[in-house]
Amino acid sequence: MAEENSMHIETPIVKDDFASAGEASSKVKKTLTMLGVKPSHIKRISVAMYEAEINAFIHGGGGMAYTDIYPDHVVIFIEDHGKGIEDISLAMQEGYSTASDEVRMMGFGAGMGLPNMKRNSDDMVIDSSPGNGTRVKMTFDIR
Amino acid sequence: MMKDENPRSSADEKRLQASEDMFHSVRLDRDKCMGCTNCIKNCPTQAIRVRNGKAVIISERCIDCGECIRTCTHNAKQAVTDSLDSMEKYKFTVALPAPALYSQFKTARTRNHILTALKRIGFDDVFEVAEGAEFVSNATRQYMKENEIKRPVISTACPAIVKLVQVKFPSLIDNLLPLQAPVEAAAGLAKKKFSEQTGLSPDDIGIFFISPCAAKMHTKNAPLRGKKSDIDELISFQDIYMKLRSAIKDIPPYEEEDIATASSFGVRWPNPGGESLAAGTKKFVAVDGINDVVEILETVDTNEDSKFRGLDFIECLACKGGCLGGPLTVKNVYVAQVIMKDMRSEQNCRYKVGELPAKHVDWHDLLWDRKPEHIPVDQLSPNMAEAFRMLSDMEEIGDSLPGIDCGACGAPSCMALAEDIVRGQAKITDCVFKLREKVRGLAVEMFELEGVMPPTMENSSGETDAGDGGETETSYIFDIEDGVRGNNKEESNEDRDEAERGNPADSDKVNSAEAVHSRGTAERSSGTGADWDRYPGSTGAAGKEGESIDDKRYGGLYSGHFADWHNL
Ligand SMILES: Nc1ncnc2c1ncn2[C@@H]1O[C@H](COP(=O)(O)OP(=O)(O)O)[C@@H](O)[C@H]1O
Ligand code: SF4
Ligand code: SF4
Ligand SMILES: [Mg+2]
Repeated sequence: MAEENSMHIETPIVKDDFASAGEASSKVKKTLTMLGVKPSHIKRISVAMYEAEINAFIHGGGGMAYTDIYPDHVVIFIEDHGKGIEDISLAMQEGYSTASDEVRMMGFGAGMGLPNMKRNSDDMVIDSSPGNGTRVKMTFDIR
Repeated sequence: MMKDENPRSSADEKRLQASEDMFHSVRLDRDKCMGCTNCIKNCPTQAIRVRNGKAVIISERCIDCGECIRTCTHNAKQAVTDSLDSMEKYKFTVALPAPALYSQFKTARTRNHILTALKRIGFDDVFEVAEGAEFVSNATRQYMKENEIKRPVISTACPAIVKLVQVKFPSLIDNLLPLQAPVEAAAGLAKKKFSEQTGLSPDDIGIFFISPCAAKMHTKNAPLRGKKSDIDELISFQDIYMKLRSAIKDIPPYEEEDIATASSFGVRWPNPGGESLAAGTKKFVAVDGINDVVEILETVDTNEDSKFRGLDFIECLACKGGCLGGPLTVKNVYVAQVIMKDMRSEQNCRYKVGELPAKHVDWHDLLWDRKPEHIPVDQLSPNMAEAFRMLSDMEEIGDSLPGIDCGACGAPSCMALAEDIVRGQAKITDCVFKLREKVRGLAVEMFELEGVMPPTMENSSGETDAGDGGETETSYIFDIEDGVRGNNKEESNEDRDEAERGNPADSDKVNSAEAVHSRGTAERSSGTGADWDRYPGSTGAAGKEGESIDDKRYGGLYSGHFADWHNL
């Protein structure tokens, strides 16, 4: 869906569907490429979004990804209705992870997701508490 | 302001112009191409379309991987290579055999056997590309010691990979190993060596790369170091095979010259993993086959945390089985692997690993002197506002298409057709289903018009019309009919092309003309009706003959009355 000079994309993040994990961010990546956004911005956005998407998939039991693209900035909003984060500042620390061994075996859970999201976005807000799911909003300047 | 009002068409013109001008390694034999659409589906960068019944390559998208050469069963996609006849152009000729050449002859005893045969068929001397590979290996090890480089380093000996990164992974350009490929290193060394040895000018020394690879033509034409490549001519394995094979047959062991210099290290290069081992790291992965390469690079590109990020080196080869599976090879890739094992055995190498006499080549001499640029083929428009509009149109069109990616429109998928439409390079009626919808609408309209015809016209038949005035719908229909069958009738070129392809839009133009002009005599509708039968869902001919589609397809066998089960 697009209005004049903007684009809205919604992609479900489906619980346990490993085949489609990462699809939301790759779709956004493709769209940004078609719009001619600078590769360095596309890189930041797709890395950060991928991490957020995987978190919603692994820790949050699936949810929804909403992306709004404007000529000068991009907003990514990812929500899930999973267990939520108890201590956000702890979770933000590099290397901190509650991922199970099983999840680590699959190549996730290095504890770098949230720090990478913070580093790659220009603004990041997390709203989460135990039992209330998690909502992450990231904004990227693409000028 | 005209230009701004219509930025698409000027951009497209430029694009098409660029397609003509730009060089790529694959060309189409128009006579052989059947327009079957097999190749468009297999192209990793969606660079091929079928237009007017023939495959067309969008140059800027083409990465020269050679996949379409392999896919096309009609042999219509051919590598652009040079001819052995050009040996006459030079005072002194040197053959540079790619290491994969050693894997192509079951009857060859040793590398020297093959190298001697190259001299027998007319080359003045030979220089092994495997030797170049040893220098590149050394340079790679040196480069990998640098601290400032982006990891994982992505190998660049395969030119298709460099172009893939340029087209699809711009943010990985800095990960590319900025070194010449073995053949270029070898060509430079050979030029120097033989012009010193003969006293001839470098221009008089002809360097002939004997190649399993179509993409290397791109390296030759657009080198990343120096203005002009030292490779003068590129000869396909296939073109030299027969000559070489008979020369090999005629050489007894005692006539083999002692030419081979490279160690097993260099000879091993064209196998997947060969280059990585040469790079001197254990943290590597070797990927072969273009689709797997795309997948791995995708992972490296977006997934910061992935295990791939901990790697030092990723070796990527476009061909399955590496260069042994190159599109210009003769032998099956697995047969080639078996032969190769023998050819690189230690007793087949005069020098041991690292012993190469001329090893003192400064590795900096192999460094690229320019960076490959991003080629933004996916960008819809340089004007972002326009790109937003096009993207939204594209989504809308995409949603209206059936989504079965049948390829009949000449685009590899429904989404690709939608993209082509917003780029102004295709139209909605190129989709056979859309066309059918339109035809159905027209049929209804025709039926309604039938009803409103003034009674005074009831008696005029088609034949009378034709007799009265030449410019009637009858002759018009014949034109089209003939055109569709590809007769060389006097038509404008454009019309003929469109008609040959059974161009849907054109045909429905005709149909609407018919609807307006005529009352649709039986003759006419069956005439054009036959044509529509080429599209799915039309019931014309099959219905008339009272045969079901299944009956036709299986010739009645399917009902299986007389199929004695013992026969199975
Ligand atoms: N969407 C989420 N729902 C619940 N917990 C989360 C979510 N995202 C992150 N977390 C918590 O924060 C921790 C750190 O996340 P992150 O930095 O991405 O590392 P990792 O995903 O590798 O564990 C996770 O292990 C998890 O406990
Ligand atoms: S595969 Fe491609 S090039 Fe070959 S005949 Fe079919 S459309 Fe033509
Ligand atoms: S793998 Fe070898 S033969 Fe195939 S495209 Fe790459 S360099 Fe050429
Ligand atoms: Mg994470």
